Amino acid sequence: MSHRAAGLVGTLTLGAVAAMSYLTAFLYFTAPRLADGTFATLIPVNFEWLPFTSTLSIDMGVLLDPISVMMLIVISTVSLMVHIYSFGYMKGERGFQRYYSFLSLFSMSMLGLVLATNIFQMYVFWELVGVSSYLLIGFFYTRPAAIAASKKAFIVTRFADLGFLIGILVYSYYGGTFSFHPDSSMLMAGGAAMMPLALGLMFIGGAGKSAMFPLHIWLPDAMEGPTPVSALIHAATMVVAGVYLVARMFPLFIVYAPGVLHIVAYVGAFTAFFAASIACVQSDIKRVLAFSTISQIGFMMVALGVCTSLDPNLGGLGYMASMFHLFTHAMFKSLLFLCAGCIIEQVHSNEMSAMGGLRKYMPVTHIAFLIACLAISGIPPFSGFFSKDEILTASFNFSPIMGWVMAIIAGMTAFYMFRIYFGIFWGTENKELHEKLHPHENPLTMTIPLVILAGITCVAGFIPFGQFISSNGQAYHIDIELSTALTSIIIGVVSIALATFMYVRPTQPVADSLARKFKELYTAAYHRFYVDEVYQFITHRIIFGCISTPIAWIDRHIIDGLLNFSAWSAYATSDSIRSLQSGRVQQYAFVFLLGALALILLLIL
Amino acid sequence: MGATFETIVFGVLAMFIIVMSVLTVTTGRIVRSATYLLFVLLGTAGLYFLLGYTFLGSVQIMVYAGGVVVLYVFSILLTSGAGDKAQKARRSRLFAGLVTSVAGAALVLFITMTHHFVPATGNEIPVETGINNIGRMMIGSGKYEYILPFEAVSIFLLACIVGALLIARKR
Amino acid sequence: MMFAGIYGFFTRHNMLAMLISVELMLNATDINFAVFNRFLFPAMKEGYFFSLFSIAISAAETAIAIAIMINIYRNVRSIQTKDIEDMKW
Repeated sequence: MSHRAAGLVGTLTLGAVAAMSYLTAFLYFTAPRLADGTFATLIPVNFEWLPFTSTLSIDMGVLLDPISVMMLIVISTVSLMVHIYSFGYMKGERGFQRYYSFLSLFSMSMLGLVLATNIFQMYVFWELVGVSSYLLIGFFYTRPAAIAASKKAFIVTRFADLGFLIGILVYSYYGGTFSFHPDSSMLMAGGAAMMPLALGLMFIGGAGKSAMFPLHIWLPDAMEGPTPVSALIHAATMVVAGVYLVARMFPLFIVYAPGVLHIVAYVGAFTAFFAASIACVQSDIKRVLAFSTISQIGFMMVALGVCTSLDPNLGGLGYMASMFHLFTHAMFKSLLFLCAGCIIEQVHSNEMSAMGGLRKYMPVTHIAFLIACLAISGIPPFSGFFSKDEILTASFNFSPIMGWVMAIIAGMTAFYMFRIYFGIFWGTENKELHEKLHPHENPLTMTIPLVILAGITCVAGFIPFGQFISSNGQAYHIDIELSTALTSIIIGVVSIALATFMYVRPTQPVADSLARKFKELYTAAYHRFYVDEVYQFITHRIIFGCISTPIAWIDRHIIDGLLNFSAWSAYATSDSIRSLQSGRVQQYAFVFLLGALALILLLIL
Repeated sequence: MGATFETIVFGVLAMFIIVMSVLTVTTGRIVRSATYLLFVLLGTAGLYFLLGYTFLGSVQIMVYAGGVVVLYVFSILLTSGAGDKAQKARRSRLFAGLVTSVAGAALVLFITMTHHFVPATGNEIPVETGINNIGRMMIGSGKYEYILPFEAVSIFLLACIVGALLIARKR
Repeated sequence: MMFAGIYGFFTRHNMLAMLISVELMLNATDINFAVFNRFLFPAMKEGYFFSLFSIAISAAETAIAIAIMINIYRNVRSIQTKDIEDMKW
């Protein structure tokens, strides 16, 4: 009974956390606004932790402002759902308590990250989140694939965090402080010229955590971890840490580094397209969802990147759109992952070849998955439509090309999501496997979170998000621009129709013939465009071969050789003078006499 | 005449002592070594007599020549080394010892010869101290009197007796 | 005589022979003291008495040394120097 107690304790605690965050949000957003129409930035706790100079110190504290309160709700809700779900999913696993303790560690780190008052505290919790992710991905530590994946995740994100740290240091040096409001006198004195560099480096750190190209390689492999972990960390919370970082530094980006913001947009757009194209041909459903996550985060980065001013009416719409999409995406992506977990639990495999026709056996999962797919495809009245529409509006405001690119990627999103929907629940059924395993609906602990999240997905779109969060803090009324909305709906419906036509029947002749006709493209996309191989080549051949091997040789032969030589010389010296202690008294007397004669000589000369 | 006679006697005694001491350390058999030692000690006693220190000479004969050499002979016989011929030392050792000794001797002779000894003032012929004077000095406690070394040596002798008994005890 | 004794101390294998060489050395110093006394300080008796006591002490020390030799002979059955070369460890 004791190991289940760990689960209960974890879940109840997180339930309390969730209740408290809802209360906080309620109190925060219903409190009267300040005179200029913004919500007050509250800092209930802030103490100096490590002072560097009289003006520069690392503080630890709690910051409440619209986006951090929103993130509180997101994190605690998804985490609570994952805790409840894991009770059923991880039942009977070895290390049940370890799992829950790591989940709590992760929740703590993520909450600390969003509530940070200064960038260094954020970095501390950033690293903690990275560690929790490492521990959770490598949870099944007896599997070499899981260990390799956790190492890869940690090393890639750590590598990006190097840029983050350098950015923090440059920022603090030229801005005079670690907090989010740099010292204006120092900025005037020349710090402003270094702000783009600092913010760009910080974005590199964010890009690593949020799996932007080319640092995206860890996220598909991170699917080796348990599925609830993927739902929590790699769909809803950790991977949006980079987006949160850019949102946090958003006023500084707009004022001092608009160019970097455009780079953010281009990187996001490319990543979204890249990931969507790979997702179209993957057969492992968790990998498809992983690439979908990468793509959607690309959307969020694009939304932030196309902002040109702090006024939402004049070009700052993307800020609100990005945060809105973060909120809704967290909900439906975690729902998708939890459904995937239910399915994998029943068919004991991640591959689509083991699935097909599951709608007959798992109705609740089926409906929840369908709702989430509709949401991600941007079909009203589900929440995804509202947030994605805002992003498309912002992109079109920035430039028509960006708008059309994002619209096309939205279409690809709908296409591949419905591809796997049909592949799991309709399509070719793996009859013999299903006969052996008898798939059925999962127990209540696993289905209740699905239902709750599906409910949120349905209604979240109607939250007047702009009232709470906007780039300058003023209430912003979202009006749906008809042309953009119609464009996105039409593209979505067309993609869904295409996917239905190709995948709904038990055999897929069109899909197979397309795959044969574009064979090289298909293979390249299937192998994720060989980015992993490039990395392997760089690390093994170039870094290990040309840099590490000579250094290892120097260490082993020269440095160790030096020490070995000093040891050997001590030994040789002592060996050679060992014969002075021979035990022969006459020899001693002889030496004695020689010494005496030498002294006499010295004295007379 | 007295002086030259003295010198001749000294020369003879000195040669005797030197030859005998060299023979002591180079002979193969140990009993012969003890015998040569006896002769060296007798020669030394002769030197003392020549110097006018008759008491010293007598003590030398009694203690050294009579006591110590007898002791050596007994111990040689006890450890049954009497009949053996000593093994030849290694060449290198012999050579090293010889060179060092000769060098040392040369050095010391050089220092002794070149040193300017200040002879005693007053050319009176020294009167030999009578034995009663020696006895009185031996147990006197004033300056230049030797009660303290006397007592110390007697205790030392006691310690040596006790020590020798302890060491050589039959278990 | 002194250097003859030194030579003998270095070169001899028999420990009793070494002791005999030591006797030679002591004897040499006794002569030295007596002679210096006689020729440099005839009115004093320091050197004379020193030689006297030195003779006494040499005899005592020889006795002890021979006692030790006897003990060694009992244990090691030999009084050659090469048989007592083993150090403690």
